[in-house]
Amino acid sequence: MIPSSIKGQRLVALFLLGCLLFNYPLLYLFNSSREIFGIPLLYAYIFAAWAMLIGLMAWVVEGTGRKGSKD
Amino acid sequence: MLQGWVIIVCSFAYLGVLFAIAYYGDKRADARRSIIANPYVYSLSLGVYATAWTFYGSVGRAASNGIGFLPIYLGPTLIIALWWLVLRKIIRITKVNRITSLADFIGSRYGKSALLAGLASIIAVVGIVPYISLQLKAVSTSFTILVHYPQINMPITLETTPLLGDTAIYVALLLAAFSILFGTRHLDASERHEGMVAAIAFESLVKLLAFLAVGVFVTFGIYDGFGDTFARAAANPDLRPLLTPLDGVAGSYGSWVWLTILSMFAIMFLPRQFQVSVVENVDENHINKAMWLFPLYMLAINIFVLPLAFGGVMHFPKGVVDADTFVLTIPMAEHQQGLALLVFIGGLSAATGMVIVETIALSTMLCNDLAMPVLLRSKILRLRERKDLSGLLLGIRRGAIVVVLLLGYCYFRLAGEAYALVSIGLISFAAVAQFAPVILGGIFWKGGTRMGALAGLSTGFLVWAYTLLLPAFAKSGWLPISFLEQGPLGIALLKPQQLFGLAGLDETTHALIWSMLSNIGAYVAVSLAGRPSAIEQTQATLFVDVFKQTGKIGGSRFWRGTASVPDLHALLVRFLGPEQADEAFASYARQRALKSVDEIKADADLVHFAETQLAGAIGAASSRVMVASVVEEEPLGIEEVMNILDETSQAIAYSHKLEEKSRELEAATAELRTANERLKEIDKLKDDFVSTVSHELRTPLTSIRALSEIVHGNPDLNNAERTKFLGIIVKESERLTRLINQVLDLSKIESGNVEWNTTEVNLKEIIEDSVSATSQLIKENHAKLELKVPDHVPVIRVDRDRIMQVVINMVSNAVKFCDRRAGLVSIRLHQNAHSVQVDVRDNGPGISPRDQQIIFEKFRQGGDTMTEKPQGTGLGLAISRHIIEHFNGTLWVESTIGHGATFSFRLPLTKESDHGVPFAALDQET
Repeated sequence: MIPSSIKGQRLVALFLLGCLLFNYPLLYLFNSSREIFGIPLLYAYIFAAWAMLIGLMAWVVEGTGRKGSKD
Repeated sequence: MLQGWVIIVCSFAYLGVLFAIAYYGDKRADARRSIIANPYVYSLSLGVYATAWTFYGSVGRAASNGIGFLPIYLGPTLIIALWWLVLRKIIRITKVNRITSLADFIGSRYGKSALLAGLASIIAVVGIVPYISLQLKAVSTSFTILVHYPQINMPITLETTPLLGDTAIYVALLLAAFSILFGTRHLDASERHEGMVAAIAFESLVKLLAFLAVGVFVTFGIYDGFGDTFARAAANPDLRPLLTPLDGVAGSYGSWVWLTILSMFAIMFLPRQFQVSVVENVDENHINKAMWLFPLYMLAINIFVLPLAFGGVMHFPKGVVDADTFVLTIPMAEHQQGLALLVFIGGLSAATGMVIVETIALSTMLCNDLAMPVLLRSKILRLRERKDLSGLLLGIRRGAIVVVLLLGYCYFRLAGEAYALVSIGLISFAAVAQFAPVILGGIFWKGGTRMGALAGLSTGFLVWAYTLLLPAFAKSGWLPISFLEQGPLGIALLKPQQLFGLAGLDETTHALIWSMLSNIGAYVAVSLAGRPSAIEQTQATLFVDVFKQTGKIGGSRFWRGTASVPDLHALLVRFLGPEQADEAFASYARQRALKSVDEIKADADLVHFAETQLAGAIGAASSRVMVASVVEEEPLGIEEVMNILDETSQAIAYSHKLEEKSRELEAATAELRTANERLKEIDKLKDDFVSTVSHELRTPLTSIRALSEIVHGNPDLNNAERTKFLGIIVKESERLTRLINQVLDLSKIESGNVEWNTTEVNLKEIIEDSVSATSQLIKENHAKLELKVPDHVPVIRVDRDRIMQVVINMVSNAVKFCDRRAGLVSIRLHQNAHSVQVDVRDNGPGISPRDQQIIFEKFRQGGDTMTEKPQGTGLGLAISRHIIEHFNGTLWVESTIGHGATFSFRLPLTKESDHGVPFAALDQET
């Protein structure tokens, strides 16, 4: 719908990925009393997924922005 | 150390620093060297999302249900991924239309409706007041706690505090003064506050540092890192369930999801977020960096929430200290006075940032979208006649800021105690979520109408008030609690927190589901049921297709009428003041490369310019009313608007048509060119023909004349010679006649003027008749004739005389060219399935392959015409070929030098014979 549509598509995909990561079936899997490096698994999972999502967003906007794909 | 005056001095010093930053920011902005025009400041200013609620309340909520506070930050992270598509569009629309607030945006989208903008302002104010009260509560509570250091006392309940002894009222008044200083020092048509944004960005840094400091102190100072904190928490029976919170403590997965959605709307449609992310945005491309920096900011400010919450629960005996104050009370309990003061300043910065931006945004709305439309319409005040209204505008805004803060204080006094911080915040979140359908629908769907938006917003707001606000009042004792427990008038089905029996949800989720259902439902249904007016259509297109409008702002296309430059200038002076108005006109002249302001013409562009300038100061709806009062507008009908909107598509269609036309023209030109070539060729052929015919006519004429002169000039010529000469004259005259006949014949055939007398003909008869017609010639040449014709020959539909002409021509040619001494001419007729063929063979010298090509052309004969005496006119074969071809047949010659030549023609059988009618039967018929 907008120029630089590949960037738009990537960002929509990230949005959907985020919706998936922070939602029922995946959250349920990690909602256990196990620990990873002394941190409860659920907390570790959410913060790790969150950080990953931010990293991916940075990659998409900075990476595609440089190549002059501004409209 | 932490006496009251120390805290107060520190607070004022901090606010002084803030004000210095804001002042510097404004100065730099005036000098056109903005300090906020970079993506980092933009990202930090978005941090105004993190208020005292985040600063104190997250820990409080985490202490009671673990990770349940996180959706409030995960939601924004998710929706920010779509900012490139959604927020960028909103920013573009806002810039193009000079929109200055959320309410203005909604009103402008739905036909510059003052009613809708007013409704949106009211919803925003009512919805945000609890949120402001939350900030007041946080600041006054933290102050009260800190001032009692080293004891840790929870503040006594408010009912017993006299009004003048309540810190919150002073906080409210102080913040009001501060907001007025920041936001309404002067009137700016673009409603941008660079100094304020700079201060907000600084505040975001302060609160982050303060929170990280206390987080690091607790996690690494009191405990031994994250692992140790969590391990101790796991050993605590109160905290153990919080480590796997989704089993019920934090509510179901459903409320997790709804909270995520709620905060998605909040990050976009909270008035203060709209202010910093849209109105104060300097450059659309700053979104790029903000899209990952701001989520990173939220991640950073949340990392220590859980350790702080668990630390607080483990540190204090159960039920003594409010979890909302852990951030402050833990450093106090550990006797870290400096850290405690830093935390207080951090909390103060979180609260002031929110309050300043929120009240400025709300005051703009209240002034532009609520007060001005009413004041301008009221006849008593005669505002329309006053010269300079810019002072009045500032006064209204300042008043609005004070009113909003006092409303917040009232809510705090009356209802604040009943709720924890997070719950108060969620009430506000749910209120602003009501804006989501009309805004998101408005920028992506052209079909949304003013009535639809009014219906959606008002029903959503009413349901929100019924399911969230009234229960809050009931819990605070304003309404009988039976209203909650038994439902109004005892009707259980209408219980505000279990509407229509929908039970098992937390109150926010419950309210959000019902309000969104009614909001979206009413918006879509009413929009689809009605028809939009012309201006609604115009605005819908300007909003939805904002990226398709290139260069020139599209609004002026939709205006037609007459105006005068002085009137418009006077109008701007009244609302913006003389300097601003002059500056606006000067920049308008510069943009259009005019030499001076005097050259400005009062055209549609200028009217549109004045309207958008005014829109910045008094809102789109009022601006439209005011401009309409000084110009004479000819209303555009819906048809005309649709026509203008269609212009672009029509232009495209026209260009397609043009391309097609030019292609057709090219093709026609090419055809014409070939036709012309052909005409030239024909013309040349005609010239050749004329010269050849003249030449052919002259030859016999010359001999006739020469012989006639001899006979005429020699009367004593003997009889025998005279007879001989006369004989030649007669013969040459015959040849001349024949030639002329054939030329006429050929030209008739070629021009298509021949009447073809087509009948069913037996070819055998034609051959026999032709032979008898040429028998004299055959005899004269001493040739022998051989005839091979079957008894039964099928009939064909041709012109009998013409075909006979062909056969006679062929036979006489054969006789003329056959061997002189033992001449033999054989005629053969044979047939196959679809055609009959006639061959006429002679035993003459034959025709060379070169001559085989040319003998069918006009006046061309085999052999060398220069040396040999021509034997015919040279037209016979040309005529024959035309005749045969007229009946779809072919005529050709086969020959080898020295072995004679065979001329043949083939004619197709007629349909009846094609279908197998016996030849015998046909023969009998004829």
